[in-house]
Amino acid sequence: MSEHIHDEKVKELELTANKIRQSIIEMLIEAGSGHTAGPLGMADIFTALYFHILNHEPKNPEWPERDRLILSNGHICPVRYAAMAYSGYFPIEELKTLRKFGSRLQGHPERNMLPGLETTSGPLGSGLGEAAGIAYGARMDGKKFRVYCAMSDAEHQSGNLWESAMFAGDNKLSNLTGIIDRNNIQISGFTENVMPLEPLRAKYEAFNWHVLEVDGHNIEEFVDAVEEAKAIYEKPTVIIAHTIPGKGIPEMEFDYKWHGIAPKPEEGKKFLNELRTLGGKIKSEHE
Amino acid sequence: MNKEPEKIPTRDGFGKGLVDAGEKDERIVVLCADLAESTRCHWFKEKFPARYIELGVAEQNLITVASGLANYGKIPFVSSYAVFNPGRNNEQIRTLVSLSKLPVKIAGGHAGVSVGPDGATHQALEDIALMRVQPNMTVLVPCDAIEARKATLAAAFYNGPVYIRLGREKTAIFTAEEMPFEIGKAIVLKEGKDATVIGCGPLLYNALLAAEELSKDGIDIEIINCHTIKPLDAETILNSVKKTGGVVSVEEHQIMGGIGSAIAEILAQNFPTPQEFIGVRDRFGESGEANELIEALGMGVKDIKAAVIKVIKRKK
Repeated sequence: MSEHIHDEKVKELELTANKIRQSIIEMLIEAGSGHTAGPLGMADIFTALYFHILNHEPKNPEWPERDRLILSNGHICPVRYAAMAYSGYFPIEELKTLRKFGSRLQGHPERNMLPGLETTSGPLGSGLGEAAGIAYGARMDGKKFRVYCAMSDAEHQSGNLWESAMFAGDNKLSNLTGIIDRNNIQISGFTENVMPLEPLRAKYEAFNWHVLEVDGHNIEEFVDAVEEAKAIYEKPTVIIAHTIPGKGIPEMEFDYKWHGIAPKPEEGKKFLNELRTLGGKIKSEHE
Repeated sequence: MNKEPEKIPTRDGFGKGLVDAGEKDERIVVLCADLAESTRCHWFKEKFPARYIELGVAEQNLITVASGLANYGKIPFVSSYAVFNPGRNNEQIRTLVSLSKLPVKIAGGHAGVSVGPDGATHQALEDIALMRVQPNMTVLVPCDAIEARKATLAAAFYNGPVYIRLGREKTAIFTAEEMPFEIGKAIVLKEGKDATVIGCGPLLYNALLAAEELSKDGIDIEIINCHTIKPLDAETILNSVKKTGGVVSVEEHQIMGGIGSAIAEILAQNFPTPQEFIGVRDRFGESGEANELIEALGMGVKDIKAAVIKVIKRKK
């Protein structure tokens, strides 16, 4: 259960998010393929979820009363895998198996491979419907847990997602909170050039959702928004989190070419150093 | 076979089966995309309004929401016309049901050309193929309303994804309430020695009529009701074919990818046997009356008779 978050806790979470970013780069170097910008951009939010917001038991991933976190845009799974490992779902060492034959850490997440993933995802636009189905079923049975659905911005170009948004709005699924990674990029360019999403807030409002917008790298703001969502009883809430793709690595930030590729080993080492020294602000212990 | 049989659509059996399943288990929920009455989900809706979920004309969301409900612990049935479900929402079924191994029960209504006047857009002829290629999916095609009810109940309590194919048209009742129904276990409807006709769905009745006519010419065929296309009952099929030496497959579906293909895959690997295929030959349907279309597309009694005679000749 989360509540207003104190400065000390925010600092602690920021340090965890930095460790998770390092793991993301290490995993992707090892895998040799995968998506980089999205996982880095969502590292703060996934840290806030796994280490402060979610009511969960990493050692008991099937606990029926757990909050459900549905990841719709499965391609950013490295951030989820890293957050899960650091919160105790599985050994951190296993992160190195990402995308390898026999690994539980599939290139896109598979629910039957790794306990705690909740759903199988990758094909875009269908996570919100699943989250709405879970929220609907939970409400039928009077369950108190909450359902979170992390989505990309560009998957809002797909029709299935809006079918689900209409369904959730119609059914007033107030136990459902959507989280949009509004990083403005997709694989072939900027969202507003490929197929514009704006006005995104007005679209959700028109579908009878409560809409909040936050800086996706401000953990305090994000936690407060999640708290506000819990207090909205007549509508589902969506948090549009404005994020920077590739956040934490200046060469990558805002550059859409990092959507769907992994760093090569040499550049990866440089990126890791940037993360370890917080962009040169501190001396790296790994130097 | 002398008197005209009672005729009830398989969708009615499905609707009754849903109510039966709903009474047995509170986890059963039904989702429909604006077609509650024509898919016969409205009987469940009237009896259990809190467990009926209306999606509107949104067949992709039918699956995504059902997948979430199954993920949480419900047993969802999703119902629409087969051209949309599993047609339009095929990828959602692939990822969120089959790959996810969730117990979503997919009911494809108004399948085959026998939906008649609505025309080709609404005549699903590829749904069996779409569903049988997905790992973890079970595929059921009940032959009459009695069997449809049993298949619906069996699907409800089968731990995994299931597809059930249903028809709109009133069709002959030729099975009995007391006959057992087990997923994956084909039923020998009539024993014979000269050739085996294996089929699924209401079109099997034409095979029974063909058998009667053929018997007048001294030809004795075995008829197998293969209501489960997947997993296919290879044992029953092989036992019969080893005895008769010839096969005619019968389905109201494209011959590519349907039950005939499934049988041919088993036979080619285990006991290569001459086979003739009754089904739709790589074309779409069109408007018309059900029987008119069945005849026009080569699935009538005379077509089955001709196929049997041909396969018997090929045995030599």
